[in-house]
Amino acid sequence: MPQCSAIIFALVIDKLFPSAEAALADIPNGATVMIGGFGNAGMPAALIDALIAQGARDLTIVNNNAGNGDAGLAALLKAKRVKKILCSFPRQADSWHFDALYRAGEIELELVPQGTLAERIRAAGAGVGGFYTPTAFGTKLAEGKETRRIGDRDYVLEFPIHADYALIKADRADRWGNLTYRKTARNFAPIMASAARCTVVQVRETVELGWLDPEAIITPGIFVRRVVKVAAPLQKAA
Amino acid sequence: MKKLDRNQMAARVARDIPDGSVVNLGIGLPTLVADHMPKGREILLHSENGVLGVGPRPAPGHEDEDLINAGKEPVTLLTGGSYFHHADSFAMIRGRHLDFCVLGAFQVSAGGDLANWHTGGADAIPAVGGAMDLAVGAKQVLVMMEHLTKKGESKIVERCSYPLTGARCVNRIYTDLAVIDVKADGLHVVETVEGLSFDELQRLTGVPLKRLLTAA
Repeated sequence: MPQCSAIIFALVIDKLFPSAEAALADIPNGATVMIGGFGNAGMPAALIDALIAQGARDLTIVNNNAGNGDAGLAALLKAKRVKKILCSFPRQADSWHFDALYRAGEIELELVPQGTLAERIRAAGAGVGGFYTPTAFGTKLAEGKETRRIGDRDYVLEFPIHADYALIKADRADRWGNLTYRKTARNFAPIMASAARCTVVQVRETVELGWLDPEAIITPGIFVRRVVKVAAPLQKAA
Repeated sequence: MKKLDRNQMAARVARDIPDGSVVNLGIGLPTLVADHMPKGREILLHSENGVLGVGPRPAPGHEDEDLINAGKEPVTLLTGGSYFHHADSFAMIRGRHLDFCVLGAFQVSAGGDLANWHTGGADAIPAVGGAMDLAVGAKQVLVMMEHLTKKGESKIVERCSYPLTGARCVNRIYTDLAVIDVKADGLHVVETVEGLSFDELQRLTGVPLKRLLTAA
């Protein structure tokens, strides 16, 4: 796999990439790719479109859902680029592309309770080798897993989910890759950023170093490798 | 007897949520509870996608695609509300910081087992979302469901035939016929709807009930 690195000029750290295509050019077949977003909130649509155009296949995808409608993740599934998906809630009224692949046996599903999915991603980013959670104890989703009684409760052992790439969406970034988010579009992005070897961020706006309030930075640039500014229609204020 | 409709059920649940509570409402029927919270109570609604202090649905034309609830419906944020990422959101749930969650159900067993995520059908595509985390994490798990299936079978059962969401996790059941507490020694009927006697409720329910009637 090619080196995942930021473009470095002399001593200047500059993670800004000119296009989504350039930022995703080195994703190989068989990569594990986390994709942020919960429904459409926080979904990095431009990066997903670029991933489809880039052509990598046999991907393992980590997302809360398995695509809605015909765009974004659903389009990636429809293009048959995904061999396995880890998610908590694949079945929705408009998840027809996933449904068809699943029923045809053309995609592998690892169903993970939503909080366990989040914590497994967090654990990967935090360097934790595993954790015991009470979630799913005594259910089908804990079958075959190691369990342990701690105090007066029963727990299930769960392992981290590491990724080669994370594709996420944020609101603003600077050239160091510091990120701020907007409302519930934050969802999985900060933990996915920390769990992947190469995190690529689609942002609405890039700003000069120093313009982001350090108290308001949610994802520090250490977790980010590449930033792409994507022109977006002006968001309506709530 | 006067069966409760969906809004009446939601209002009945809302009546029991005390001032100052932090509450998560499941997708579907439980979401209706938000519309019936008694005026004047300060109640914080948590949504697992990463928001505390969920406000009412925005006026038409004021929806914001970045501000949604777990059902992916547009919402607003109350003054004082906050946003956070998914691991923090589920730390709130799993870490026992929520006072109540209200969940729908296919079945609840006499021992408080909950089945609400999967019918177990061979062709069914499973989807669990945050239900298993909520079932083990909230201090009080309230279930809201119709008492009987469309075929007239009791949804309160001795043993769940559908796959479990959580074992021995339900504290109280609100149906269109009754309010029932799940306790160590069995199911206690707290109230029944107007015109429904305890004996009639017992006849409709698949498991033995105990009388704890405050009204009939």
